[in-house]
Amino acid sequence: MIAYIIRRLLAAIPTILVLIVASFFLMRFAPGGPFTSERPLPPQVLANIEARYGLDQPLWKQLYDYLFNIIFHFDFGPSFKFKDRDVNDIIAQGFPISFTYGALSFLVATVVGVSLGIAAAIRHNTWVDYFAVGLGIAAQALPNFIMGPILILTFTLWLGLLPGGGWHGGQWQYLIMPVIALSTSYMGSIARITRSSMLEVLNSNFIRTAHAKGLPTRTVIWRHALKPTLLPVVSYLGPVFVYVLTGSVFVDMYFSTGGLGQAYGGSALSRDYAVLLGVTILYGILTVAVNLLTDLAYAWFDPKIRF
Amino acid sequence: MSLLTVQDLSVDFTTADGPVKAVTGINFDIQPGECLGIVGESGSGKSQTFMAAMGLLPANGRASGSVRLNGSEILNLATPELNKIRGSDVGMIFQDPLTALTPHLRIGEQMREVLQVHKGVVGRQARRLCLDWLDRVQMPVAARRLEQFPHELSGGMRQRVMIAMSMLCNPRLLIADEPTTALDVTVQAEILDLMAELQKEQGTAIALITHDMGVVARMCDRIQVMRQGGFVENGTATEIFHSPKHAYTQALLKAMPRIDAADAPQLFETQARPILRVDDVKVHFQMKMSGGLFGHWVPLKAVDGVSFEVRQGETLGVVGESGCGKSTLARAVLQLIEPTGGGVSWLGQPIVGLKRAELNKYRKDLQIVFQDPLASLDPRMTISASIAEPLLTYRPDLTRRERKMTVADMMERVGLDRTLFNRYPHELSGGQNQRVGIARAMINRPKLIICDEAVSALDVSIQAQIIGLLRQLQAEFGLALIFISHDLSVVRAISNRIMVLYLGRVVELADGETICAHPQHPYTQSLISAVPVPDPDIERSRCRIKLPGELASPLDPRAALRFLPSRLAAGETNYLPKLIQFAPDHYVAEHDPLELILEG
Repeated sequence: MIAYIIRRLLAAIPTILVLIVASFFLMRFAPGGPFTSERPLPPQVLANIEARYGLDQPLWKQLYDYLFNIIFHFDFGPSFKFKDRDVNDIIAQGFPISFTYGALSFLVATVVGVSLGIAAAIRHNTWVDYFAVGLGIAAQALPNFIMGPILILTFTLWLGLLPGGGWHGGQWQYLIMPVIALSTSYMGSIARITRSSMLEVLNSNFIRTAHAKGLPTRTVIWRHALKPTLLPVVSYLGPVFVYVLTGSVFVDMYFSTGGLGQAYGGSALSRDYAVLLGVTILYGILTVAVNLLTDLAYAWFDPKIRF
Repeated sequence: MSLLTVQDLSVDFTTADGPVKAVTGINFDIQPGECLGIVGESGSGKSQTFMAAMGLLPANGRASGSVRLNGSEILNLATPELNKIRGSDVGMIFQDPLTALTPHLRIGEQMREVLQVHKGVVGRQARRLCLDWLDRVQMPVAARRLEQFPHELSGGMRQRVMIAMSMLCNPRLLIADEPTTALDVTVQAEILDLMAELQKEQGTAIALITHDMGVVARMCDRIQVMRQGGFVENGTATEIFHSPKHAYTQALLKAMPRIDAADAPQLFETQARPILRVDDVKVHFQMKMSGGLFGHWVPLKAVDGVSFEVRQGETLGVVGESGCGKSTLARAVLQLIEPTGGGVSWLGQPIVGLKRAELNKYRKDLQIVFQDPLASLDPRMTISASIAEPLLTYRPDLTRRERKMTVADMMERVGLDRTLFNRYPHELSGGQNQRVGIARAMINRPKLIICDEAVSALDVSIQAQIIGLLRQLQAEFGLALIFISHDLSVVRAISNRIMVLYLGRVVELADGETICAHPQHPYTQSLISAVPVPDPDIERSRCRIKLPGELASPLDPRAALRFLPSRLAAGETNYLPKLIQFAPDHYVAEHDPLELILEG
């Protein structure tokens, strides 16, 4: 197990390096740059600015300096767009916010989705099933950029119950709507996967054995059917976790939460190479870490898997 | 009073295509302590009868009639009431021990929950009872099993666990649904002995549901024959086997292949040179084992030095238990996987290591028929297109019309109706699909066909038809066949010579008659003695040779010397037993005397 984890972490290093190099060049090949604008700067000014950020150096030298600073100083460089702020600051400010509402959304989506799916499977072809399936499909059909405006219209403008935006250190009133908006569609997918997985498990031979042993239905479901049901759900949850943790452009936009999603989207539009690369690397590391956790979680769900 | 009385039981399923009647008003009863056999082919409703009685039908099933256990009605009881009976008064074991146990719970946990639910026994006392029963089903190292997961046990051990688990509350009736169908014959013999012992010692009545007349002959006091949801005939074992009244029972008994059959093929006398020569073929796989930072690789010797010849027009049978390398050998002979070592020559030409294009010239003559007829046909192609496909490769000169004629002609030869020409595999029965597989293999008139478990998935009567067809095609075209199966009776019914494999090596090779009647190697002897014969008198008077231990794993280097304990004791763990000519055309691998091996 420990040998396996070490092996996976060693394998992660080249993965992240390839990710950095590939994103670095992809960005440079895209037309435009951080300092091109509708009113062109005087050539002398532009050259000065580019020299300040090292953009006048050959590409390989820029890449070398970038990697060198990350590895030896853990410094992702200054932002090209925001004066006096560097990438470390921007991530340190935005990530805790994204992480908070992201992790909450993940929890809500998983708990509600799995419960709905199980309820639907146990009461297969009854009104409970139809209701859960209907709810799941409706939820799946509502991406966060649709949910956002609907929630604000309902709870802020119409009912006046919740503040329309802001963060305020993550007080609960400010959390509710971002969490609902972000979790809804994932919840729908999770409910659907759980339902079909549990239906399959309930048809398997070992469930028949459990019934033949005279176990109460409750025991059959929770003790015998739940773990194998969750296996396919877990493989779906991995990527979802990474995605919600790094926040969402739309949630940040509608609810002015100030998370990382906004910084990411903004930096892509304004060619803020440093911020864009920094957040991409964060995504990469999170993905590798969560994939490892998912694979380790499998072993708990299925004893056949040994590392 | 009868233990179980079933009256006018019917089972219906509502399906998308309308209602289906699975069981149509049957009556029977089981007396305390007796073994009742319920025999029938797939779809006869034999399993559904008992599923309905125990309230285990799927949600779309409906049962009506009456089922009384000890005089009280149990059909369609509410689940909590049924749960008091299931696992307590009535134990059940199922066909596939591989999937019948919950994969993520330890054996001990699965056994203890039965005691907890029915008797409220927990903790140390429960553990002692579980151990006690695991010992009684002769589970090796019982205490360790409690902490193991099902996948860590072999098929035979899992079935022992199932039996121990269902016996925990001393049920008065044990329902065994095809309990040995998925097991090797030597393991099957042990499980059947175990069940017979329980019946005698505990006085447990057994309802044995099976398709295998041999198993029934060995175990059952009374027999009910089922067909299409109804009872055809019932009687004592002697009555059913010696004077069957109904035509269906007679046909079923006639279709059963037996190792002592008189009309089985004899040694094929020919002066012809062998067409296929296999010389010391080896197939080793590298298995990744955990341990250390990067793990390590261990060779699995699936086939480890097998040599044989096949002459034109003869059938060579290959038998062995699971893991003996018979399918790997077939693939290596056809170069579908490249052998690790050794040579294969076809009509005197070596074919190992040839490039794909060169090999394709030989593929026309060398064909294979697989086990699962449905899975080995392309589901999106009509059966005529599947049969015609080899023609496109090897007979590009044919016009569309000629091709169609050839296919229609071949379909007729293998007994497929013309109207099936444009059907898809899922619209056909298993037997029909296997005929398609044979037609596809036959279409280019090959000289050799390898049948890899080609009839194992089929019902007995269909099995007999397919074997008849193969024998007829062989006589007509002078085909050579290599017939691979785990079922010795089936192999005997078609083979001139039989080769017995054990862990990738030949242990005995001789004509069918000799192998079945006068086997020399202890492994062959134990295999033959374990094969059930559909005749209660013979079956109950035979003496069985039980080798110590379970079927060994090919990863265990000591297992290869199971029949040479003297060499093992001398520390020669890498010794390879030689194949010695015992008589003309009869080869036996080196082995110690039987007594020495039985000492274990």
